[in-house]
Amino acid sequence: MSARRIVVTSGKGGVGKTTTTANLGATLAKRGRRVILIDADIGLRNLDLVLGLEKRIVFDLVEVAEGRCHLRQALIKDKRFESLAILPAAQTREKEAIAPEQFAAIVEEAAAQVDYVIIDCPAGIETGFRNAVAGAEEAIVVTTPEVSSIRDADRVVGKIAAANKPIRLIVNRLRPEMVSSGEMLSVDDVCDVLAVELLGIVPEDEDVIDTTNRGEPIALRDAGRLSAIYDKIARRLEGELVPFTTFDRQGLFGRLKGALKAG
Amino acid sequence: MIEFLRRLLGQRGSSATAKERLRLVLMTDHLELAPEMIETMKRELVEVISRHVEVDRERIDVSFERQDSALAMLANIPILSVNRPSSNGNGKRDEIPPAPRDAAKPASPKRRTPAKASAEGQAPPTRRRRRRKKPAPAPAPATN
Repeated sequence: MSARRIVVTSGKGGVGKTTTTANLGATLAKRGRRVILIDADIGLRNLDLVLGLEKRIVFDLVEVAEGRCHLRQALIKDKRFESLAILPAAQTREKEAIAPEQFAAIVEEAAAQVDYVIIDCPAGIETGFRNAVAGAEEAIVVTTPEVSSIRDADRVVGKIAAANKPIRLIVNRLRPEMVSSGEMLSVDDVCDVLAVELLGIVPEDEDVIDTTNRGEPIALRDAGRLSAIYDKIARRLEGELVPFTTFDRQGLFGRLKGALKAG
Repeated sequence: MIEFLRRLLGQRGSSATAKERLRLVLMTDHLELAPEMIETMKRELVEVISRHVEVDRERIDVSFERQDSALAMLANIPILSVNRPSSNGNGKRDEIPPAPRDAAKPASPKRRTPAKASAEGQAPPTRRRRRRKKPAPAPAPATN
């Protein structure tokens, strides 16, 4: 049986693709799924760093593509999660170092061994993006509730939809208190504008910086709220119907207004 | 304090502005990304209009313009000639609504316009509206 091949993409950089890929992968592995994460961001590799695996890299994606090593030699197993492995990107090469067919072949080979292959897409909509999307059969688009991020997400959604691949959305770095004071677009607003099915809502959380500093996936922190949130996302991805956490703890003003309206 | 007053007065925060701006910019983006759609629209528009008047297909111009909170489509379709009104026995009112009077009446004979009223050739480009459906006495004037 072949794995689900999912690309995590966003158009804009810095919205949380790599963090999402790492944490979703770790969460799925924690749930017992076999997962391979592929860093498609050739020249700007970071997935290894976010997961704390940077010291263990021997071979990379481009070397696999060029036939200098086998896929299994390049895969780095995560010791904390038995069933999680990553294929790092090359750091000193360029996006053009790999052709779409080569990339797709590697994804195919990886997919034969596991349940999920998740591809961390580079920012932009050029070669690297095209490769990453060509290798996947479904997409997760990550966006923050900001105008530039949403506009770029829309562009990417258009491109993936043109390739007839299903797309789901993760709204990242939501700040509920700003939403309730009307200073940040709500998840509903974002979904409205993008017209894409929602997969998850991740609030802004200091834990992300802290865990990334240490190279530990959030799934390791059982007590943290983000761990539960990624678990929900993973379950939705697996087809479970999981209600969305509502973050609209209204402030005093919101409540007052609500009360006035209701009355 | 100002923030407090603003909220008390129920003013919208910047998120509403963001949504509005996004809607517009995405519409514009989508149009720019779909030149073939615009071509199709142009063609179909001309088809419909050509049932009633003869237009200069070479000089049709379609553009989009932002107007406050909406996107407007502007079509400039030069008319070469107007058909006899009596000859439009095909549809009761398959034209656009804003017809002021007698829209419901089946083509009144009084409104007969001389065939090819609006001088062959270079009638100045006219906003696509149905103005010239009135008994065009003179070549359709530019109305913008």
